[in-house]
Amino acid sequence: MSATPNRTPNKVIEVKDLVTHYGTRQILKGISLDIYEGEIMVIMGGSGSGKSTLLNHLLGLLKPSSGTVSILGQDINKLSAVEMTKLRTRMGVAFQGGALFSSMTVGENILLPLREHTELDHSTMAIMARLKMEVVKLADFENLMPSELSGGMIKRAALARAIVMDPRLLFCDEPSAGLDPVVSAAIDELIITLRDAMGMTIVVVTHELESAFRIADRICVLDRGDILMVDTVEAVRSTSNERIQNLLNRRLEEATLDPDDYMRRLTIGI
Amino acid sequence: MPARHLRIVEKTGRATIAGIAEIGYGAFLLGESLFWLVMGKSRRQPVRFGAVVAEAMEFGVRAIPIVAILSGTVGAMLAIQGIHTLKTFGAESRVTFGVALSVVREFAPLITGIVVAGRSGSALAARLGTMRINQEIDALHVMGIDPVRFLVAPALLAMLAVLPLLTLLADFVALTGAGMYICMDLGMDFPAYWERVIESLKVDDLGHGLGKSVIFAVLVTLVGVVNGSLVQGGAEGVGKATTRSVVHAISAIVVTDMLFAFVLTR
Ligand SMILES: Nc1ncnc2c1ncn2[C@@H]1O[C@H](COP(=O)(O)OP(=O)(O)O)[C@@H](O)[C@H]1O
Repeated sequence: MSATPNRTPNKVIEVKDLVTHYGTRQILKGISLDIYEGEIMVIMGGSGSGKSTLLNHLLGLLKPSSGTVSILGQDINKLSAVEMTKLRTRMGVAFQGGALFSSMTVGENILLPLREHTELDHSTMAIMARLKMEVVKLADFENLMPSELSGGMIKRAALARAIVMDPRLLFCDEPSAGLDPVVSAAIDELIITLRDAMGMTIVVVTHELESAFRIADRICVLDRGDILMVDTVEAVRSTSNERIQNLLNRRLEEATLDPDDYMRRLTIGI
Repeated sequence: MPARHLRIVEKTGRATIAGIAEIGYGAFLLGESLFWLVMGKSRRQPVRFGAVVAEAMEFGVRAIPIVAILSGTVGAMLAIQGIHTLKTFGAESRVTFGVALSVVREFAPLITGIVVAGRSGSALAARLGTMRINQEIDALHVMGIDPVRFLVAPALLAMLAVLPLLTLLADFVALTGAGMYICMDLGMDFPAYWERVIESLKVDDLGHGLGKSVIFAVLVTLVGVVNGSLVQGGAEGVGKATTRSVVHAISAIVVTDMLFAFVLTR
């Protein structure tokens, strides 16, 4: 499960000097990060550290103030709409709350990317979707509505939809948030299986330490919009960096209190 | 207290800018929807016919009962009021003319527009707002499915198809409602009443009403979509956006109607 030292360093994602603002407030302060093919990279940090913001940049949902984000060798902020759509068929995303479409059954949700991006006939698509439902152990649930699923099942369905196009790159936002430990461990197991069986590169955003240590090849520790460290699980665990140790010891909230944010909250609307 | 005054100026300024930004966003969505309707096929991302039909069922077919009830009632009301007023001049036999014109040019499109704004404009805002909060809109983006093509264009097309048809229905039901009262009160027979209605109306009048309903369709859809997609702050935000969208859509309809009446009676 640890990093494979002799992999070919094939960069799948390359973030360079990424700076981003909400309004006039700087959120990410010049981040650079490389993610290599076939690895599971966990982006970790306390709440408000900028994890979601970074993820949204990787997904091309936000435009940076400066800096670049390249995915599979292409600068995503320079692509045309058509090229971006094409690139997106090679990326899968499992959102934190699942983001399943509530008006469609689980099966229709998982079929949707195939229906929109391929010309396959319906039965082929149905088989491909069922294959993925088997992978996430959600067979027999295709006719349920998302509202009828448990939290863990929603995460599985979201994973199935994310991998239905066999993407090279998979993003998971807080895969274990809100789940009990057993279910959460099963989801972690599933993520590792996906990497091993399908050779995907996987980026996981989480604030759960156990989960991060269980699945990561490398961990990127984010704090107040800066990267403190990018290294293997062992290295992160044994670091002498005080802020990271604080994070690991869960003195999280206090450690990440942002003075700017604090002032803003006190003075808002006055 | 100059600071206080400045505050008011600042607030007004911000609200104005936000309002203009929303109108701009609405115009952008309209352009995008038209783009996908025309270009979707060649981009291999067509606007799905099935989605349009589903929306049309929801916006149109389910609205038939309420549109019929309201327009029938308003038709009868116009007849009652019309006869009562015209009696003072001994001109009650002219009531059909007045009713026919007001129904077809004003009341049918207005009632239909307001009912659909209340039912479907708000539903659109609520649906898009919920989807935004649940990251379903983000999910569409990252799947390479343009949300405007997938959600807005079908709604717009359905509304454009349905609102004029509902307006025609409202024309018919309102005139029937009025006719029943007029025939009863003035002792006219029903075929003769319809004959007089048809004599009173020009194609122009019908076109005037239907033309307005097309504009109302665009207004209701865009107001609902804009309010829905700008939702902030969870479920409560969705509730606010829903209310806002009804108020905005009805205001937009009434103001547009007044402008229309003003310009076209010059
Ligand atoms: N839409 C937004 N508008 C303004 N500020 C935001 C917005 N989203 C996030 N932020 C701010 O950006 C910072 C980083 O947030 P986020 O990336 O969500 O952190 P995390 O995912 O690690 O909890 C926080 O201080 C948060 O208040």
